Amino acid sequence: MVFFLTLILVCQLAGESLVAATGLPLPGPVVGMAILFAGLCLRGLPADLGRVADGLLGNLSLLFVPAGVGVMVHAGLLGREWLPLLAALVVSTIATVAVTGVLMARLGQRAKDAGDGR
Amino acid sequence: MDAETPDILRDVWVYLARDPLLHLTLTLAAFQVGSWIYRRMGLNPLANPVLIAVLLVVAALAVTDTGYERYFEGAQFVHFLLGPATVALAIPLYRQLARLRGSGPAILASILAGSVCASATAVGTAWLMGAGRDTLVALAPKSVTAPVAMGITEALGGLPSLTAVLVILTGILGAMLGPPLLTALGVRDWAARGLAMGTASHGIGTARALQVNEVAGAFAGLAMGLNALATAALLPLLAKLVLG
Repeated sequence: MVFFLTLILVCQLAGESLVAATGLPLPGPVVGMAILFAGLCLRGLPADLGRVADGLLGNLSLLFVPAGVGVMVHAGLLGREWLPLLAALVVSTIATVAVTGVLMARLGQRAKDAGDGR
Repeated sequence: MDAETPDILRDVWVYLARDPLLHLTLTLAAFQVGSWIYRRMGLNPLANPVLIAVLLVVAALAVTDTGYERYFEGAQFVHFLLGPATVALAIPLYRQLARLRGSGPAILASILAGSVCASATAVGTAWLMGAGRDTLVALAPKSVTAPVAMGITEALGGLPSLTAVLVILTGILGAMLGPPLLTALGVRDWAARGLAMGTASHGIGTARALQVNEVAGAFAGLAMGLNALATAALLPLLAKLVLG
């Protein structure tokens, strides 16, 4: 267990270092995810690593609470511009979910049909 | 704590309030309550556990007159785990490797369309309704996972901490509105549903998708990563075009 937790942290550290060294406009953990993914493609997935990851991801939403509480720091601005902000977030969220979901459902179906035809 | 509180209680409080343990426990307990309500409501997306937990913590901090920085000294231990959890998203992604190979171009096109749509509709709507420049800049990357979004806002000369809040709110909204909307639109494919959730509402949408279905969770994680990439690359260019 500790070995795989260490492996995950090493991937993150490698990601953070790579970003710091190259100035990539990406967060270190996302680069770390790519590094770990490449490793899995080469070596396969050990069962214990799967269990560690499932444990971390099982309560993923908990990890967003501290950043969300930051809402209190911007109470003033949010109070003044709450209407345009709320409208922007609602309109944009609905539009983005709809555009991405419908497009992927159409294109994905087409890819699947083409694959079956071969 | 008013003046009538017995001294011993006040001493204990002063001691506890200095310790990270108190606010770490508060964060976990608030999330427990949020999850409990969420389950009692039959996993209704409107009873989002993150939203409930944030409201409970903000109320507790307001009552005890505690600032965000003091709170974060304890909560940072939870916040820190976001990094390793993001790395761990490689695992559900790897489990979907066969499906990824089949539909690479479809995935890229859908995420790119979603990425542009997220920024354009958010900034456009707020601008039409007369929002100020700080708000517009902070809104632009709000569908991207928090650490990247904050970096983008900083590069555009905005307020990163405001972006963090808008990112979380977007995530909660997406987790609440996304699933019923996709059902109403007739999108039943788990890959497409996950991709939409991850593109529109990053990690919180991914967390929600993971709870429902592992395929959806894997595609949501993939969408979150690729959307971060696309927005980080495109937004500074678009901003230069629009702002001159």
